[in-house]
Amino acid sequence: MTIKYNNVYIMDTYTVCGPYENDGPLSNYFDKKYEKELYFGEKSWEKAEVHLLKEANTNILKKNKIKEEDIDLLISGDLQNQISASDYMARDFNIPFIGIFEACSTISEGIILGSTFIEGKKAKKVIACTSSHNMVAEKQFRNPTEYGAPKKKTATFTSTGAASILLTNKKSKVKIESTTIGKVVDMGVTDVNHMGAVMAPAAGDVIYNHLKDTNRDPSYYDLILTGDLGIYGKNILRDYMLTKYNIELGNNYNDCGTLLYDLDKQPVLAGASGPVCSALVGFGYIYKEMLKGKYKKVLLVPTGALFSPTFTFQKETIPGIANAISLEDVEK
Amino acid sequence: MNKNKYKEIVNRNTPKEECFKNGIIAFLVGGTIGALGELLLRCYMMWLNLPRKESGILVTLTFVAIASILTALGIFDVLVTKVKAALFIPITGFAHSMTSAALEYKHEGLVLGIGTNIFKLAGTVILYGVVSVYVFGLIRLLTIGG
Repeated sequence: MTIKYNNVYIMDTYTVCGPYENDGPLSNYFDKKYEKELYFGEKSWEKAEVHLLKEANTNILKKNKIKEEDIDLLISGDLQNQISASDYMARDFNIPFIGIFEACSTISEGIILGSTFIEGKKAKKVIACTSSHNMVAEKQFRNPTEYGAPKKKTATFTSTGAASILLTNKKSKVKIESTTIGKVVDMGVTDVNHMGAVMAPAAGDVIYNHLKDTNRDPSYYDLILTGDLGIYGKNILRDYMLTKYNIELGNNYNDCGTLLYDLDKQPVLAGASGPVCSALVGFGYIYKEMLKGKYKKVLLVPTGALFSPTFTFQKETIPGIANAISLEDVEK
Repeated sequence: MNKNKYKEIVNRNTPKEECFKNGIIAFLVGGTIGALGELLLRCYMMWLNLPRKESGILVTLTFVAIASILTALGIFDVLVTKVKAALFIPITGFAHSMTSAALEYKHEGLVLGIGTNIFKLAGTVILYGVVSVYVFGLIRLLTIGG
């Protein structure tokens, strides 16, 4: 399902990142950076993630001199059980709240909901935000954080940070041109250390449907950017698109997971993952480059593995999801 | 596209794990740890004038203490990424799994945090260790009579 928007714009974005992201090549594009440890002055990993999310939202309001009462809706999601980071962040904001979950593609769901509310004239200003924390994800989905188990080359590294995106109906330089809501796709992958393979078919499906609905060719976009497929998932997607849809993704295709870190120097295996990965790259790096005029049309496709340890232990396969957001540079 | 066809696409784009290389590293490093254990065993026997059995227990305790301290200092998990199975197959891995779980759940309290979760990873080793000892003990009893 593709929705076209006529008056939804990005007013501003605010990104906060942790030390691993700060050591990566995109560090300069983030608004606030933590250089050393991962607690950020809090007592537990979970509280540290709430801290990041709160900081992103407080600062985006402060930076744009907007009061909480002026925001109609706050949409947030994260990886913690019961999306706790979002819930505990939202209790400190006097803004109506919608909690969402689509694993690592959560930010796209937030943007789609927010944009649709604005386009339908039900809201004027909406904040969509997301966060993830490496240690929280390790503790919840894998092993204790200090437990050293050898990982496969295809495993990814959950990024730490938070991103807040302020959507508005007032014209600005970057417009949300259209979005495509993806389907849950499961191609029978059971390997929890190969999320790129889990998510690639969902990304392929939504890219194909977006191009079909809008009658476009991949070359229409200056950049097509998937969420967190990693180096191997990226190749799988190229192969899958060509084999199934006969669509060749050219040099304008890339993956946020391969951009966030220095893959040769940092110990991140196949690349970055986590809800904030596509949010940091898409709304930190890409958005700021769009403001400078480097990219005019960008298709951002955050991808998510809807992975539940319980279902995996019960021998179920892992479903994937992806949504597409078309960003366009409109001259003021 | 059916799932088997997709599996082919995944397989041709997925790198092979270096099982042989990892195995050699684990064999050499793990073997060295074993040799150190034997050396320590002899030392304890000599220095403390202990029989072999008691000295063995002391060696185990030494390794458990070292692994736990290295875990608490955040060094053990870094070492495992370098030498793979060499460190987590010996008793060091068992100690590491308990210390790391205890560290992780300390914020949830002494009883519901550390108490409930300390055997999260080690519990399975204990359970199946006991079961297999029972089974093999029984086989031994029935075949060669104890």
